[in-house]
Amino acid sequence: MKSNVGKILTTAAVAATISTGAAAATLDDVKAKGFIQCGVSQGVPGFSNADDSGNWTGIDVDACRATAAAIFGDAQKVKFTPLSAKERFTALQSGEIDILSRNTTWTYTRDTSLGLDFTTPNFYDGQGFMVRKDLGVETAMDLDGATVCTEQGTTTELNMADFFRKHQLSYVPVIVQKADEALAAYASGRCDVFTTDKSGLAAHRSKLADPAAHIILPETISKEPLGPVVRHGDNQWKDIVTWALFVQINAEEMGISSKNVAKIKAESTDPGVRRLLGAEGNMGESLGLGADWAYNIIAKVGNYGEVFDRNVGPNTPVNLPRGVNNLWTEGGVLYAPPVR
Amino acid sequence: MSEKTITNTSFLNDAGNRALLFQAVLLVVVVAVGYYLFHNLQANLQTQGISTGFSFLNEPAGFPILIHLIDYTEANSYGRAFVVALINTILISLIGIIFATIIGVVMGLARLSQNWLVARLATVYIETLRNIPLLLQMFFWYFAVLAALPHPRDSIIFGDFLLNKRGVYSPNPIFQDGIGIAIGAFFIALAASIALIIWAKKRQKRTGVWFPAYWSSLAIIVFGTILGFAIAGFPVEFELPQKSRFNVSGGMVLVPEFVAVLVALSTYTGAFIAEIVRAGILSVNWGQTEAARSLGLKDSLTQRLIVLPQALRVIIPPLTSQFLNLAKNSSLGAAIAYPELVAVVMGTTLNQTGQAIETIGLCMLVYGSLSLSISFFMNWYNKKMSLVER
Repeated sequence: MKSNVGKILTTAAVAATISTGAAAATLDDVKAKGFIQCGVSQGVPGFSNADDSGNWTGIDVDACRATAAAIFGDAQKVKFTPLSAKERFTALQSGEIDILSRNTTWTYTRDTSLGLDFTTPNFYDGQGFMVRKDLGVETAMDLDGATVCTEQGTTTELNMADFFRKHQLSYVPVIVQKADEALAAYASGRCDVFTTDKSGLAAHRSKLADPAAHIILPETISKEPLGPVVRHGDNQWKDIVTWALFVQINAEEMGISSKNVAKIKAESTDPGVRRLLGAEGNMGESLGLGADWAYNIIAKVGNYGEVFDRNVGPNTPVNLPRGVNNLWTEGGVLYAPPVR
Repeated sequence: MSEKTITNTSFLNDAGNRALLFQAVLLVVVVAVGYYLFHNLQANLQTQGISTGFSFLNEPAGFPILIHLIDYTEANSYGRAFVVALINTILISLIGIIFATIIGVVMGLARLSQNWLVARLATVYIETLRNIPLLLQMFFWYFAVLAALPHPRDSIIFGDFLLNKRGVYSPNPIFQDGIGIAIGAFFIALAASIALIIWAKKRQKRTGVWFPAYWSSLAIIVFGTILGFAIAGFPVEFELPQKSRFNVSGGMVLVPEFVAVLVALSTYTGAFIAEIVRAGILSVNWGQTEAARSLGLKDSLTQRLIVLPQALRVIIPPLTSQFLNLAKNSSLGAAIAYPELVAVVMGTTLNQTGQAIETIGLCMLVYGSLSLSISFFMNWYNKKMSLVER
């Protein structure tokens, strides 16, 4: 708690004193210091989570790694800054981090009034409810009068309020500062319902003593497009982060993965593929990068499907279905502009 | 002083002038640095495209707050949410200060007790609670209380009261027409009590005859108010708590978050106050007690009239610090869902609006003013209690 306040104050103080002239060209800064400073969560399995030896993994982590691969040809040139929900924007505004990749929902207010720009979603989520099976609740409409636990400082609080107001259901809000303690309060029986993004519900349920005793209700009460955020006004940097993700989505669509990318680059006769992988021309130049920027992203981090399966797919503890996060050709909403 | 013996000293060699000059230079530097920081902040916020100002306080908040003493719904503004949080902070601070003082005085006296067991128990209490971080204690009380209580379906029931994990539910009084008579009766009784106390004091000064004015006042107020209620025909109805599908609905509820924060704050600060009280009492010379006894005063009167007033002079200044600590420590309640200032303003409001500097500034202003108010009050009380020479 106290350290959070301290951190915000420090970053606010930094915002007050440092000159922002340098921040306008983040790419030059990043090249000069030799790594990307990436703001992540304090631990959400599948999205950004550090293991015992301090190695970060997750979809959000890979977004930063893809950018590092594009710039340096090395996905490891990233340093991570774990941030709480309420520190995150200040850390980015003040220049403490270069990319904020922390399961952050793209909303109108955040995009327009914080001096920040959202790049493109790397995960489409939606808020849901988790309840104990023995309550006999089957739909969120049955929740009239329930006590609801959630974490503070996220869009979750407002979505929950909007949902209950819209359907004129009464409820008792218990809003806890940290997700872990909110979950503990739910587990102890203080609340009937625990609410957050559905991906988070799945991750949190896996932490409970008896995961099978809890169900996630079918309703999805909000749109939560999660994606990396950069500072407003540095268009080149925004383009790099955005296109690093588009390349991964396009690669999956074209059937290029980290395993076959070297072979395809050497053998392909498709001009589109040759352009993308830098075998022909220099597509990276207009981003201020080398010709092999896209090749490096795919070779070092993989295409979107690989990233998804590795971090949150069915063979991971988080175990999320691909759902809407599938390619548009497969019934999902992932649709990246072409690289040409 | 009127006669200047040295006339050829230059302006800068004069000690008084130099001191003034240094003060002036320091002032200019402080103002300049302050202006530079403020200007830089504004310029940077503008170039970063971050909107500033307090206009967000009029925007609808959209989020719920668990405890609100004034009417509040999600449709109210951030400004109103701020006021709700402010009231919650003041509420927990004031009640916490009262409880901590009572616990502190009792435990401080207990540690000085002649009774071996009582003194040791007080020592154990003080040493344990003083040495465990407050945040840990809050988590302990919150989760221990939650673990110990039954689920709403199996609520413990005492008459019209219910107890479960969601809190203590009691009947909610709803006042009907005619409550004005009862309220009027209360104030009349209050005025009569004050008059009685003044009269008793004056008479004691004049004649030395003692009258139990405080106990009588209490009786007057209690019976006076009841009489008022009876005359008005008991104009009150009770809304009883009812079990509903998930929770208990209706009635008044005391939520576990409030209880946990209150217990943690008051027992923790109480342990420090106990030591301050003990120090204060030990600072009064034993000769004072002996003198009082030799005048034939009872032990209780010796404590109340001789020892305590002198001990208070030692107790009050460090006690003020403890009160200030308690008020500031109430911000830890955010960790266990008590909706106080830090939780609502620096947590939710900051995150929804992104106005970091404004919200943190508001919170600092509130804690600053709250602490200064407590400080002013305690300084006034300290002056009142200080040794008056007659």
